[in-house]
Amino acid sequence: MAVEEGLKIELGKQGVFVTTIEELYNWGRRSSVWPMQFGLACCAIEMIATTMARYDLARFGAEVFRPSPRQADLMIISGTVTKKMAPQVVRLYNQMAEPRYVIAMGACAISGGPFKQGYNVLKGIDRYIPVDVHIPGCPPRPEALLQAFITLQKKITGQPLTGEDRPRHLDAEAQGEFPVPHQGEHDLEPTANKGVWTVPVVIR
Amino acid sequence: MTDSLVNASAVDKKLKGWNRPPIIEPDGEAELLEVAMGPHHPSTHGVFRMDVALDGERVVRLKPVFGYLHRNHEKIAEGNSYLASMPYTDRLDYICSLTNNWAYALAVEKLVGQAVPERAEYLRVILGELTRVQNHASAIGFLIQEMGASGTPLMYAFREREKILDLFESLTGSRMMCNYMRFGGCRVDASPAWLDAARKVVAGLPGFVDEFEALLRSNEILMARTQGVGILRPDLAINAGVTGPMLRASGVNYDIRKVDRYGIYDRFEFRVPLGDHGDVFDRFMIRLLEARESIKILEQALKEIPDGPVMDGKAKIRGFRPKAGEAYGRIEAPKGELGFYLISDGGPNPYRYRVRPPSLVNLTILEDMCLGQNVADVVLIFGSVDIVLGEVDR
Repeated sequence: MAVEEGLKIELGKQGVFVTTIEELYNWGRRSSVWPMQFGLACCAIEMIATTMARYDLARFGAEVFRPSPRQADLMIISGTVTKKMAPQVVRLYNQMAEPRYVIAMGACAISGGPFKQGYNVLKGIDRYIPVDVHIPGCPPRPEALLQAFITLQKKITGQPLTGEDRPRHLDAEAQGEFPVPHQGEHDLEPTANKGVWTVPVVIR
Repeated sequence: MTDSLVNASAVDKKLKGWNRPPIIEPDGEAELLEVAMGPHHPSTHGVFRMDVALDGERVVRLKPVFGYLHRNHEKIAEGNSYLASMPYTDRLDYICSLTNNWAYALAVEKLVGQAVPERAEYLRVILGELTRVQNHASAIGFLIQEMGASGTPLMYAFREREKILDLFESLTGSRMMCNYMRFGGCRVDASPAWLDAARKVVAGLPGFVDEFEALLRSNEILMARTQGVGILRPDLAINAGVTGPMLRASGVNYDIRKVDRYGIYDRFEFRVPLGDHGDVFDRFMIRLLEARESIKILEQALKEIPDGPVMDGKAKIRGFRPKAGEAYGRIEAPKGELGFYLISDGGPNPYRYRVRPPSLVNLTILEDMCLGQNVADVVLIFGSVDIVLGEVDR
């Protein structure tokens, strides 16, 4: 339950700072999202450009790229995920500590993009792990990645601490490990993680 | 070929004073430690794995594992029309998409016998050399980053890169995936305002290279870590097919801009810088010197660019069927010889489409350079090869 906005401003004028645990907690979480230093393909260069002086990701508290998945909160899937790489991506995601978020950056990470017809390209990483924000583009501009960050921060701000909609790390029942696919005879097995992804219904 | 280009004894004499670590034969008794570097490793420029066997700190075996970014470029191109492959070439070496466009356009132009208008040739040279400057700047930035100087040099490099990317964007519509060249010319003409903007950026580039060099060359740690590390002998480099700055850092005078004189490169005055020792430091310096030569070419090209069309009016861009035959077009891409080999069977799409990627060929001698070195230097030597995984795995 958030504090009423008018009351909060009135109290603020008199030097009283009022907040809720939920707001404070989410403010802390959203202000220091540490991404994983993990580049896959072309989009990784735009991701690096975003961290550089011109676009300056540090304004959003996300400049600390951690090489280890254990220290990272956010995984930016920046580029094409091939069928050889997909098991490693899922394994890295499993190694990240909760709360963890995923941004699928670029057409390839969303759906396979221009390489979708290729025999070795995964048709979207959301088949295996839950994705929070998708960024279209090939490659998306740095501004698009910043927009994705802001979207993710809004999502974190809105997450309640209790109830049905609480985030996964506060839900003891939630799935922590996601099955890592392996190379089968013709394709990755399983071809999709059923708990995360369902075959979309095409209306013709 | 080896004898004519390299005097082996002179090379030995040059290398004599250098502190080269002895190459250690793996001892049957000793227990080797195997380390898998990658595919998720902060230094691997993407997804690449090196299985390194270590005796203490020394590397005794290194096995590169490719294929984590195999995106079926060649197979997709065989099913596509010639024009439809042009955007895919952008995504080969995604740092320098324009030189990829150029090499592919050159191969198709050879296949169909298509001439290119003069203004288009000038635009290609301008864009190609701008690409070379920004590639070398970011290659050096990444190399120093891997040495441990996290951030600062790369920020200098990317500051300049952004200026060049702005030029690309205002001309071609995209920062990275330019998709600009066509068979028989270029897609759109450059406006006078664009050329003025380009002149302005080029006028600022020598200052950037000076600043970059002063920042890095006076650094003692950089010198200590790069000199005498990862030596590539010229005879080995030639036998392995290494090209580009890697080859020239080893002292072999081979630049396709001078050898083939494709396009209009015979009109420009520029020199080919050569290294002495073929170590990481030489590779780093060669890139700085090459950037300077590129700036020279840019100044000349921007001065001399003539008026005229940028597209041959009779050129067929889509829906053409080349006669059965084959063609190989190659250019001096920033990373080395980039070639496209096309076989046509008379159909609307190529029968065989093959890329000769400089990154992959330059990477094949990684083990030879790393043997006997410390494991910390492997990252450095790997960085000095300057690869892009999109081109290695395709």
